[in-house]
Amino acid sequence: MPTFWLIIILLALSVAGFLLGRHRALATADGDIRALHSLPSYYGVNVAMWAGVPSLALLASWLLLQPMLIETRVVKSIPESMFAETGSLNLLMSDVRRLAEGLDLAEERGLLSNDQINALDLESSNLRVELGTIGVALGSEILPEVLSAAQSYRGFSKTGHLAMVVACLGLAGAGFVYALLQTQKDLRARNLVERGAMALLVLAASLAILTTVGIVLSMLFETVNFFGLHAWSDFFFGTTWAPNFRGDSELSILPLLWGTLYISAIALLVAVPVGLFAAIYLSEYASPAVRTLAKPLLEILAGIPTIVYGLFALLTVGPMLLRFFGQGENGLLGLDWMSGATSVLTAGFVMGIMLIPFVSSLSDDIINAVPQTMRDGSLGLGATKSETIRQVVLPAALPGIVGAILLAASRAIGETMIVVMGAGAIAKFSGNPFESMTTITTRIVSQLTGDTDFASPETLVAFALGLSLFVLTLGLNVLALIIVRKYREQYD
Amino acid sequence: MTDLGFSQAQPVQNSLLTETARTRKRNAAERRFRAFGIAAIMVGLLMLILLVTTIVSKGTGAFQQTFITVNVELLESKLDKKGNRNIEEIKKVTTFGYAPLLKTAMKDLVADLSIETSLKSKHLAALLSKSAVAELRAYVIANPDQIGKTVEFRFLAQSRVDGYLKGRVTRESVVNDKNISAEQLDLVDALVAVGTIEKTFNLDFILGSDASDQRPEAAGIGVSMAGSLFMMMVVLALALPIGVAASIYLEEFAPRNWLTDIIEVNIANLAAVPSIVFGILGLAVFINYMHLPMSAPLVGGLVLTLMTLPTIIISTRAALKAVPPSIRDAALGVGASKMQAVFHHVLPLAAPGILTGTIIGLAQALGETAPLLLIGMVGFIASNAPETIAEGLLSPNSAMPAQIYEWAKRADPAFYERAWGGIIILLVFLVTMNTIAVILRRRFERRW
Amino acid sequence: MNMMDKTMVTKTVKIAANNVNVHYADSHAIKDVSVGIEANAVTAFIGPSGCGKSTFLRCLNRMNDTIDVCRVTGEILLDEEDIYDRRVDPVQLRAKVGMVFQKPNPFPKSIYDNVAYGPRIHGLARNKAELDEIVENSLRRGAIWEEVKDRLDAPGTGLSGGQQQRLCIARAIATEPEVLLMDEPCSALDPIATAQVEELIDELRGNFTVVIVTHSMQQAARVSQKTAFFHLGNLVEYEATGQIFTNPQDPRTESYITGRIG
Repeated sequence: MPTFWLIIILLALSVAGFLLGRHRALATADGDIRALHSLPSYYGVNVAMWAGVPSLALLASWLLLQPMLIETRVVKSIPESMFAETGSLNLLMSDVRRLAEGLDLAEERGLLSNDQINALDLESSNLRVELGTIGVALGSEILPEVLSAAQSYRGFSKTGHLAMVVACLGLAGAGFVYALLQTQKDLRARNLVERGAMALLVLAASLAILTTVGIVLSMLFETVNFFGLHAWSDFFFGTTWAPNFRGDSELSILPLLWGTLYISAIALLVAVPVGLFAAIYLSEYASPAVRTLAKPLLEILAGIPTIVYGLFALLTVGPMLLRFFGQGENGLLGLDWMSGATSVLTAGFVMGIMLIPFVSSLSDDIINAVPQTMRDGSLGLGATKSETIRQVVLPAALPGIVGAILLAASRAIGETMIVVMGAGAIAKFSGNPFESMTTITTRIVSQLTGDTDFASPETLVAFALGLSLFVLTLGLNVLALIIVRKYREQYD
Repeated sequence: MTDLGFSQAQPVQNSLLTETARTRKRNAAERRFRAFGIAAIMVGLLMLILLVTTIVSKGTGAFQQTFITVNVELLESKLDKKGNRNIEEIKKVTTFGYAPLLKTAMKDLVADLSIETSLKSKHLAALLSKSAVAELRAYVIANPDQIGKTVEFRFLAQSRVDGYLKGRVTRESVVNDKNISAEQLDLVDALVAVGTIEKTFNLDFILGSDASDQRPEAAGIGVSMAGSLFMMMVVLALALPIGVAASIYLEEFAPRNWLTDIIEVNIANLAAVPSIVFGILGLAVFINYMHLPMSAPLVGGLVLTLMTLPTIIISTRAALKAVPPSIRDAALGVGASKMQAVFHHVLPLAAPGILTGTIIGLAQALGETAPLLLIGMVGFIASNAPETIAEGLLSPNSAMPAQIYEWAKRADPAFYERAWGGIIILLVFLVTMNTIAVILRRRFERRW
Repeated sequence: MNMMDKTMVTKTVKIAANNVNVHYADSHAIKDVSVGIEANAVTAFIGPSGCGKSTFLRCLNRMNDTIDVCRVTGEILLDEEDIYDRRVDPVQLRAKVGMVFQKPNPFPKSIYDNVAYGPRIHGLARNKAELDEIVENSLRRGAIWEEVKDRLDAPGTGLSGGQQQRLCIARAIATEPEVLLMDEPCSALDPIATAQVEELIDELRGNFTVVIVTHSMQQAARVSQKTAFFHLGNLVEYEATGQIFTNPQDPRTESYITGRIG
């Protein structure tokens, strides 16, 4: 029975449970709603809940766990020597899976019967060609071990699936009967339903934690794999980023980190003064009319997707900078500092534009949180507005502004599209802002797009880079949040 | 503080009516400071204007395309040698079989208009898009009864011709271009004069699919728009209920303890995690571990859901917080359970705020690109719009921002125009969504 | 009005307000108030809350300028110069007319920098030694020197409420103002701190013209020489303090003093 139908049956059972539960509750109260502890529909929901929720939860976890369990068992059946031949377990297993899927399709299309598949051997049939006719393309010749692994894979899958259907239906039926038998007018159905609803709410809230755990675990797992294949000392302390497929790649994060920090620094150099002054003007000087007009207009910049900024960097800002600072005699300034449109300056400048509203709206909030009495105190002493702002308001708001800048820095470090399109691909230590440089995020994208082989350090390094990026931005965010929170408490 | 040193001390003058030198200086500093503020605002607004004008000026061209109207004789001798109109036989004729028809048609066109040109028929047909043969073949297969007749077609012109009409390609730029020659441009000029070549609105850009590197003139954003749409369906279906449920728990029921604290800090941090990290998560968990299909909008939707959840939770909590406690007390006072008070009273009152937050979250997700690159939603993927919901969710597709990125990466500048045009469409969606959010907020905003 | 004329004859008038009206957007906050404030004396403004006494006080050093919707008409003369004249820079004015606020509002800086702030922006000290001297003198005159002299580098926000308010007074004194405006300076303080500040106000009378807004009649009676009673934006009565409290001329003043309104 396909999983889809199983879900439909479970849902139908729940609906039936709702109707029957409601009916039974009313029947035990002789049709008098007032004799019931809860409203009739609560009895219905209670039965539906017992029938549906545990079985669907079982189904979900089963679907999640079964592939993993089967894989471990299939792996055991493959002789060790095979791993060496194909290079990696991952590749071998994906062959096995693809073959098993192909055989499933063959059975579905009526090309082969289940018994035929189990009896298949490679001498008597050309499986690869046969599967090709139904559109299953297999990369290489099928090895006998792979075929037998695929056969047992299918066997386990079928048994597992059957067990799953039986278990889910059994659980749903048991829940259904149990809840229905319990249903009588004095049952505290509302309390039960509310307890169930509460469990769902808690589950939803914990998804946030689950996501974080998922992020950390998924990256940690592959990072460990990476350090199994590549020296950690090279990753953290090497000086060169030079992936190649001969197997002697140098994969050091340091040049990438340098590019990332350099570009972020330029971005902040653009965004912080502009954003801060804009915030000061809007909160201290601007008339309400100017404020209501300019603030949302500036915030439009924050709502524009980063792909747009990326394109702006690649096709507009980059070529413009090139016209000014490059092309030698043909350039506007006759300089020859820049050789291509992508550069640290291009990406940094555009990223700075993107961050202006980020800095300005955060600083605006923070400046507004400085109590008016502080300004009055300074103005009352005869200070001008700018003296008040520079010497009283800004120092008072400083921790908050530092927090805002840290948040902006974390945003800059994690920004991807602008640097992918505007920064270039050369990993090096250089102080020249007119040169192409690459960043952590760019390398993650390039190592993980296209053909990826999850057994090679060149691919796995992306996870180590991702984890480093996560830790770096997380650190900045936590620091910023602590600073801002402390700051807010001060004036609350 | 340094500019207020000790050396400029002045005796305090008595009259208020005369400005002291020091006050003059301080007022000048004041004006300078203020000017910096205005300059900062101006820089921001200038950048906005620059961005918008760039997008509009470079992107609007994508909505127009150059077409060539030409009569093609569908020769029976080429397309259906046996003459029995057997559709299977007709299908056996490949696009190569159709190419001569176009050459003849173009030669006839030039001859009919009595235009002098020394170009060979091969170069005449080269004015047409490479997609013209496929279009012709598809037409013949759909209408086999037209074989033997002469039919008027309106084919896409190749991208250089299109670029010439739009000013992107000039006579100087074609000197070293092997795709087009100055002589061909002369012919184009002549054909434009008689109206055979014309530039009109191109609906295919909005509804069509991406095309290969060789045919920028045929590329459209429609299919990836469908991909985006399916992703947004997934995000809406998952992020809204989960986000609202999580917010209700945290805002209304959660006890104040360390666990709740951790969840709260966690959500605040997740909102600031770089989007690319969510892409890595999607690749590792949904594709490598769960073996969901690569490039599928379902996976993209799941990744974007995780990314959007914190945004939705934060705005939903703000909306719930804005409902005054007196409402809850009133419900509890008449004997409702806490759960009933929340679901019957608080939630409906918070609904506009929740909706606004959700729309803004969706808009953010719609423009997100980086995680989609990692789960393979980029590249020339889908050439047909999905026909069923299941296909839409599971078959490989791209998304609008990823499609724009793909075009930006290609070598032919004709694709850049399409990238800018794609951005216009993307921004139209975003502006619409944000406007709806603003209207909702204005209309339903309550002051308690 | 003839009572006021009498006082003007006997003492020098530091600030003279003639027919002052203040509007906040739509509301008429001060209605046609004329008053002459004597030099080197403490003048108290009393009245029920919302009567306009603080608003009027803030007109005297143009602090109302910082509020967009506030409009002031009429004439306020400081040493016979109209402070609302177009040529007057409020910054210069406020150096002459200092202000102390309801809630102590030390800057988030050290005690020293709090007091030095005014002299620095107005350029009153030629060098560090002079500045030190100004700070010490101001803190002494603010009656807080003994308490803080060992911790001038500590943040001003770390002091107790009463100390903070005296620090704010010292900060206001440091710019050598001629007039000191105090807007309910003791309302956020406990009785002991209040007593200290009141004592200080009495001492300040020797060097400054002090105008104090207070909601406490006892305080007005204790510290001031002259008292003005405001009610609903009108100046009802302006007399020597003793006179007002023992023999009020206006029935509204009497009602207020005996506790029937306000």
